[in-house]
Amino acid sequence: MADYNPMELMICVAARNLEDGATVVVGTGAPCAAAMLSQKTHSPNLCIMFEAGGVAPILPSMPISVGDSRTFHRAIMASSMPDIMETCQRGMVDYTFLGGAQIDMYGNINSTMIGDNHAKPKVHFHGSGGANDLASLCWRTMMMTIQDAKRFTDKINYITSPGYLQGGNSRYEAGLPKGSGPYRIITNMSIMGFEEESKRMKVLSINPGYSRKDVQDNCGFELLWADKITDTDPPHDNELRILREEVDPQRYIIGR
Amino acid sequence: MSKAVELKQGQNQLFTDPDADRAREFFRHKSRAMTNKVTTVEETVKTLIKDGDYIAIGGFGANRIPTAIIHEIVRQGKKHLGFAGHTSTHDFQVLVAGECFDRLDIAYIIGLEARGLSPAARKYIESGKVKLTEWTNATLSWRLKAAAMGLSFLPARNIMGTDTFKYSAAKEIICPFTGQKYVAHPALYPDFAAIHVHECDVYGNAHVYGASVSDQDLAKASKRVVLTTEKIISTEKIRQNPEGTFIPFWCVDAVIEVPYGSYPGNMPYEYFSDEEHLREWLKVEKDETEYKKFIEKQIYGTKNFYEYLELNGGIEKIMKLRAIELLTDRQ
Repeated sequence: MADYNPMELMICVAARNLEDGATVVVGTGAPCAAAMLSQKTHSPNLCIMFEAGGVAPILPSMPISVGDSRTFHRAIMASSMPDIMETCQRGMVDYTFLGGAQIDMYGNINSTMIGDNHAKPKVHFHGSGGANDLASLCWRTMMMTIQDAKRFTDKINYITSPGYLQGGNSRYEAGLPKGSGPYRIITNMSIMGFEEESKRMKVLSINPGYSRKDVQDNCGFELLWADKITDTDPPHDNELRILREEVDPQRYIIGR
Repeated sequence: MSKAVELKQGQNQLFTDPDADRAREFFRHKSRAMTNKVTTVEETVKTLIKDGDYIAIGGFGANRIPTAIIHEIVRQGKKHLGFAGHTSTHDFQVLVAGECFDRLDIAYIIGLEARGLSPAARKYIESGKVKLTEWTNATLSWRLKAAAMGLSFLPARNIMGTDTFKYSAAKEIICPFTGQKYVAHPALYPDFAAIHVHECDVYGNAHVYGASVSDQDLAKASKRVVLTTEKIISTEKIRQNPEGTFIPFWCVDAVIEVPYGSYPGNMPYEYFSDEEHLREWLKVEKDETEYKKFIEKQIYGTKNFYEYLELNGGIEKIMKLRAIELLTDRQ
């Protein structure tokens, strides 16, 4: 079996979830690496988009900003922020990736603040940026993150970006587009989806080297479990080779 | 709609007036003359920005930013500004150094994307000195678009059900045709906007290349607009390619030629961002004394943008950043 680190595993699994011909809005870092890897393995026609306006670039390297020159290098289009967001709102964007300091059992994400006073936050992060928009408007939201009981919490301080809100139908009742929402949470320990009715987080597969107990112990709320829990297919040699040699040769992301 | 739906509204403050008629009244008196608008950075900041104004910066944080104007705002000690934090990264960091703003529409602040968070910006926001209202990147884009369209709001389908909505000043509405619930985003008419462009003529007819972010709407929505430009071109070059005009003259109040003017930010097709210098900013911010010295030297101690550029490597540095931008450093 190939030797790999958790970041490499998460990127490889995320890449497999992006099918040929789909559209995906990505940020910098791991999501961009996953999209690039997907293009170079099984989805040559994956359309990568960046929120500042870059559409289908041929990325010469990993961007530092979602608006820098790399994001529209030899691109199909250098468009605008409203154009990209309106394309999402129109239902033309299949996937996006988000990150955050906290996530709850319905896939709601906090990337704004810790504390209970918005006017004087204990800790303030960068805020939504485009995250809420993408989580609201793209069909399927994915997240790659290291799993621990602090991050996976039932006491989220602030919902920056919507998951399934309070579960059930609440996301759509709130007015968010029907059929959209969190799709996969890819961690160092497991791959999770969401149960159809309750919209609660549900474990689908467990990564090599981890147990059912590890997965639950490193989560601050009670997880649901698929009827048949599988073993996550670990990164293949060719995925790792392309990731290391072509996608992130400087190890900016996979070296973290 | 027979079923009653409870419509919510965000609880935080709306810092600007979304009224379309009052905006029309302003634009009624805005000059449409094709006059030579070339001026200086100093004069522009002195005359086009008053303390207390609401301002917005074009580009995308550290990409195609009007650095000369941002520095001059700090140098002239402008205070009590409102600010549109629309993926504001390095621009935000500079304004924080001058504690120039005290009310803030937040989409993306404090961070410099993949480079990490700015300790000084974080401290300023966590101090409680700044009034905060939450939005998102798309929301601020659409608020500017609503203003560019001469409206008082635009409906959209984002942010509902979240704390981002709760701490915004948006309101839910019902579509009169379908009964669908939407969020109404109030138009944003900034008092002042600065945008850095690739080229424009003396009247402000401008060309921009690469991702345009929200700058076309920003130029239309703002009451006063300054363009800093890599170079001034003849109007004939604009007339040869009218479909390429990104911003037309009537939006623009002032034009300033500032070659390399997005430094230390990226300027598409011209030069890449100076990552070393941006890293230095983030590093010195960790130490109060170092930070003070750094800001003193870089901004208050420099007369203008050219001295600042010179201090950080001048044309030689730009040549290196050009090679990175054009990927010729790899050949």
